[in-house]
Amino acid sequence: MTFRMTARVHGRLDAEFTVAPGETVAVLGPNGAGKSTLLAAAAGLVKPHGGSIRLGDKVLFAHDGGRQHWVPPHLRGVALLAQEALLFPHLSVLDNVAFAPRSAGEPRARSRETARRWLAEVDALDLAGRRPGQLSGGQAQRVAVARALAADPELLLLDEPMAALDIHAAPQLRRVLKRVLARRSALIVTHDVLDALMLADRIVVLEKGRIVEEGPVREVLGRPRSAFAAGLAGLNLLTGTVTPDGLLVSGPGAAGGQAVSGTPDGEALAGEPGVAAFPPSAVSVFLELPHGSPRNCLPVAITELEPHAGRIRVHAGELAADITPAASAELGLEPGTQVFFVVKSAEVQLYGA
Amino acid sequence: MNPSLNASPADGGHGYSGIPRWLYLPAAVGALFVLLPLAAVLAKVNWAQFIPLVTSAASLDALGLSLRTSAASTLLCLVFGVPLAMVLARRPFRGQRLLRAFVLLPLVLPPVVGGIALLYTFGRQGLLGKSLELAGIQIAFSNTAVVLAQAFVALPFLVVSLEGALRTAGNKYEAVAATLGAAPTTVLRRVTLPLVMPGLASGAVLSFARSLGEFGATLTFAGSLQGVTRTLPLEIYLQRESDADAAVALSLLLVAVAVAVVGLSYRKPGRQVGA
Repeated sequence: MTFRMTARVHGRLDAEFTVAPGETVAVLGPNGAGKSTLLAAAAGLVKPHGGSIRLGDKVLFAHDGGRQHWVPPHLRGVALLAQEALLFPHLSVLDNVAFAPRSAGEPRARSRETARRWLAEVDALDLAGRRPGQLSGGQAQRVAVARALAADPELLLLDEPMAALDIHAAPQLRRVLKRVLARRSALIVTHDVLDALMLADRIVVLEKGRIVEEGPVREVLGRPRSAFAAGLAGLNLLTGTVTPDGLLVSGPGAAGGQAVSGTPDGEALAGEPGVAAFPPSAVSVFLELPHGSPRNCLPVAITELEPHAGRIRVHAGELAADITPAASAELGLEPGTQVFFVVKSAEVQLYGA
Repeated sequence: MNPSLNASPADGGHGYSGIPRWLYLPAAVGALFVLLPLAAVLAKVNWAQFIPLVTSAASLDALGLSLRTSAASTLLCLVFGVPLAMVLARRPFRGQRLLRAFVLLPLVLPPVVGGIALLYTFGRQGLLGKSLELAGIQIAFSNTAVVLAQAFVALPFLVVSLEGALRTAGNKYEAVAATLGAAPTTVLRRVTLPLVMPGLASGAVLSFARSLGEFGATLTFAGSLQGVTRTLPLEIYLQRESDADAAVALSLLLVAVAVAVVGLSYRKPGRQVGA
C-alpha cells in the first residue's frame, strides 16, 4: 500500500513525500530538523495544521478549508518503534508482544501464539518469560520490534531505533531489522548513514522541516546535493554556478567567490546551479601557494583539528582535509592558521544541483 | 582505593547524604512532637477496662459505621477521582488550573465549612436537596450524608496522589499502546491504570484514612445519631465529656486502625513507575 503524506506543522514541518509498497525510506537530517514530528504526524500522535495523509485508499488525515478529517492512532494500521523500547513494565515479554493481537480482539491463547512467532522472528523466543526490567537494551529493542510487527502494521515507523543502544547491540538489531523490513513499507528516522545503507531503499533529507534532497540511497550518497547528505557521504561539498570549465562557488563560505575546476559528468550545463564534491582525503594542505600546478588552490583559515581514523582532519569552515599526524606536526597547524587547500581537478566531481 | 561518589551500602560504605549534623536536632524534635502525644494516650489508657470499653454497643456501632462509610466514600473517591485525575493530568484545557484549585480546596478548607456547603447543596432547603426531596430522597443527617461528607474531604487526596503518578509515568507508554491498535478504553485498562497502580493504591489508602478521621463536616452535615451517623471520631468526642476512659480507649483503637492502614500503603515506598 502506498503511503502519501503532505504535512504542515507550524514552525516544525512542511514536507511532502511518498513511501511505495514494500519500500523502506530513511529520513535523515540534523537535530531539530522535524524528523520526529514527521513520524508523530504519520502515527497520529501530532495533528498537522494542514495537508493530507493517505495509506492506500484510506485517508488518515485531510485538512481543506474548515473541514478536517482525522483518524486516531489506534485505527491507522501504523506502528511506531521509538528510540526507547518502552516495553510495558507490568507485562511479561510475551504479553508485551501479544498486546496488539489482544487489542485487536484475538483470544489470549491465540494472541500468545502470534507473539511467540514474532519473538522467534527477532531471535528472542528465549526471553518470552522475562520481565522488561530484566532485559538488556538490545534485547528490549528486539522485543519492541516483535511487538510492533505483531500489530501487523501496514506502515512501520522507526524513530532512531539504534540510537540508545551500545555499539555491540546495534549491529545485531540492524541485522534483525534488515530481515524484517524486507518487502515491508517502513519509514526509519536515523542519523547513521549505515542504517540508510543497510536498511533503506531511498533517502529523504530533512532540514528545518523541509525536504532538501531525496532519492535512491546510492544516488544521494554518491552524488549528494545538500550539505547534510555530503556530510553523511563523507564528502566536501561546494555549491555555485556551473561554468564552462568548472564551478563558480557561491555564498559566504570558506571558498565563496572562487572558481573550482573539476570533472563534469555531462549533466552540468554552464550557467545552471551545480555542486562540486570531493573527499577530504583528496585534499593536500600547504602553507605557501604551490607553483605551476593546474590544481585547485583554496585559501582558507583553519577552524578546528580533530583525530579521524588514524589521520588528522583539518576543518576550515565547511571544508575538510585529511592529512597524516606527521604532516600536521611539520606544518605546525593550529586553529587560525592561514593555509591553502589543494585538490586535483580529477578528484573533483561536478554535477548539477 | 577508589573512593566513589556513590559508594553503595553493599561495599560497606554509605552514600554521601549531604545532611548537616545540626539538622538532626530539629528533626528529632519534630518526630517527638508527633510521637509524644501518642505515647501520652498510651499512658492514659485504663488497661483493665480496655476490652469492655471498646466492645460496648455504642463503640462497636461507631467502629462498624466508620469502617463501612469510609469504605463507601473511598469507592466514591475512586469512581470520580480517577477520571478527574486523568483529565487534569493528561489534557490541558481552559480553566484547568482553576478546576484543580477548586478540587484541592477541601484540603485547606475547615471541614465544618465543607459540612455547611454540603448542607446547602444536599440539605432539605439546598440547591439539589429540594429536587431530591421531591423525588423522595433525603440525604442530610443520614448514612449517605456521612459518606458524602467523608468523600468531600477525602477526594483531593486521591486526585493529588494519582495526578502526580500519572504525570511521572508520562504518556509515552499510552502513545505506543495506541499505535499498536489499542482503543483509548483498552489503553486506560491495560496500560495507564496498571502503570500508576502504586500511586492509585496509596491515594485510595490516604482517602480511606482521611474518611476514617472525618469529624467536622460529618457533624455539621450528618449530625450525631448512634448507629446512623455517629462515627468513631464523633463517639470519641462525645465520650470525652462523660467517660474519659472510654474516649482514650477508642482513641487508641482509631490510632491502631490508622497505623495499620498507613503501614499497609507505605510498605513499598521504593517502587518506581517505568522500566
